[in-house]
Amino acid sequence: MDISNYIYLSAILFTIGAIGVVVRRNAIVVFMCIELMLNAANLAFVTFSRIHGNLAGQVTSFFTMVVAACEVVVGLAIIVAIYRSRRSASVDDASLLKR
Amino acid sequence: MLSAPNLDYELLAPIMIILGGALIGVLIEAFAKPAWRARLQLVISLAAIVISFNQLVRVRNDGSSIAAVTSVSVDGAGMFLQGAILIFAFLGILVIADQDNFAPQASALPGSAEEAAAIQAGKQQTEVFPLTMFAVAGMMLFPVATDYITLFVALEVLSLPLYLMAGLSRRRRLLSQEAALKYFLLGAYSSAFFLFGAALLYGYSGTISLNGLTDAIRGNTGNDVFLLLGIIFLSVGLLFKVGAVPFHSWKPDVYQGAPTPITGFMAAATKAAAFGATLRIFYLGLDAAQTSWKPFIAVISVITMIVGSLAAISQRDMKRMLAYSSIAHAGFVLTAIVSLSENALSASLFYLFAYGVATIGAFAIITIVRDSAGEVSDVNRWIGLGKKSPLVASVFSLFLLSFAGIPLTSGFVGKFSIFSAAYESGNIMLVVVGVLSSAIAVFFYLRVILMLFFTDATNDSISVVIPSILTRISISISAIFTIILGIAPSLLFDIAQDFAYFLR
Repeated sequence: MDISNYIYLSAILFTIGAIGVVVRRNAIVVFMCIELMLNAANLAFVTFSRIHGNLAGQVTSFFTMVVAACEVVVGLAIIVAIYRSRRSASVDDASLLKR
Repeated sequence: MLSAPNLDYELLAPIMIILGGALIGVLIEAFAKPAWRARLQLVISLAAIVISFNQLVRVRNDGSSIAAVTSVSVDGAGMFLQGAILIFAFLGILVIADQDNFAPQASALPGSAEEAAAIQAGKQQTEVFPLTMFAVAGMMLFPVATDYITLFVALEVLSLPLYLMAGLSRRRRLLSQEAALKYFLLGAYSSAFFLFGAALLYGYSGTISLNGLTDAIRGNTGNDVFLLLGIIFLSVGLLFKVGAVPFHSWKPDVYQGAPTPITGFMAAATKAAAFGATLRIFYLGLDAAQTSWKPFIAVISVITMIVGSLAAISQRDMKRMLAYSSIAHAGFVLTAIVSLSENALSASLFYLFAYGVATIGAFAIITIVRDSAGEVSDVNRWIGLGKKSPLVASVFSLFLLSFAGIPLTSGFVGKFSIFSAAYESGNIMLVVVGVLSSAIAVFFYLRVILMLFFTDATNDSISVVIPSILTRISISISAIFTIILGIAPSLLFDIAQDFAYFLR
């Protein structure tokens, strides 16, 4: 199979994630879309690594996974704190700052 | 067999000392008695910053582009910004040490009995100190990183603690949590763009280092589609961090919702770090492809300056107004990226420092103007403050004049040098827009100053609390820097010129 298909797949996943962040309203789902974008970048890194025949891209994707895990910890902590004080995880309900 | 990488510990030490201080801070949280924590944390943080700065000064002349193989290049501009970030951290932590600004227990529900009990027991969330230190370490690494892994890790290390700290305000906690959520979601969104841009540039050049990228552009070896898309995605991530229009929407909300000492620290230090990395990427990595990104950045710079200045006029909240002013300032520094010359680089280094100290001072003053319910950031309630507390109002006016770029303050020198560098490089249009939007900005800064001094107070509920000695030190140092750099700019300007170089 042509290896460039993986690049197309990665671009599609990234686009789905980027659109999802904009159109979805639940903070958890928005967050999942962001994770999808990070993983799309990972897929691109690994594919380019294969194309160029060096390991730098694969190493980068490991770092990305670790960083994404840290991001989950911080992100869920914030979302849970918001949910507990408002009983809602919708990003539309969080609008006190708009006046 | 693998050989161990060759690390230059002397040059990496400033970052490592800060990380060490942060780790000791974590241990203090685990083992020290609650009553001692705040004091211990403060001493350790300040000590780490001073030792780190001392180490930085010691190695200032032996920069190296291979401080950590090809990942870190500790060069002039990098060291200057590291020093600036350390000074911001020092001033910032002095204000952060006033724990009255932070929630006693961030996990307690706002308004719950648990929270009341925590206040009653005098609990403190002293984790802000190690969090700040981790953020500082990330900020120091960001401007010296030269490959995509290090850039991305540094970006996240500086951002993640800030997301948390934005949600720790003691008063108006719902607002603060909301700011944290917005900052987090939009920040993570932009890092994803940054990472995807890095992946595309890796696809273009086949290496993850900025030097390799330059070589690939010079040799014209890759697929230009990847290069162009990569530049755009990477720039989106960076422009978000510096708060350029149209990626600025988080800034007013986060500045308003976050605890004010954190806002001040974040506004100064994040901007220096993010511009450090942006300058390096555009001056060093993408220099050879300048015809493809210059128009794009020039347009962003113009709309950032205009939107920032115009939107600031209609703001009624002091913190929001300073947020829009910060957006406008980001636009001014972006002109230096378009100018792409050594003069522009030294001007932007000077500008970032001058703007940073004035910002920390201005936000520190907002923390001490209060009524019975906490700090007052509504501009209209500051009316007549100059008659009640002439000193505080004058120092605040000094910072505003510096933001406006009035002569004899540091802001004037910064703006003048950045615009003259843009003029020399032939970007007349940017200079015209910059001067016009500065003129708009002067209007709203002067309006606030007039309100402070020349309007009679309408109500008496607002007052200036006696600031703690630490906050007072921080405000004084910021004010002194602002005046000295305005009167004798060459003191810092010569240093900035000596340090205005990147090493490949």
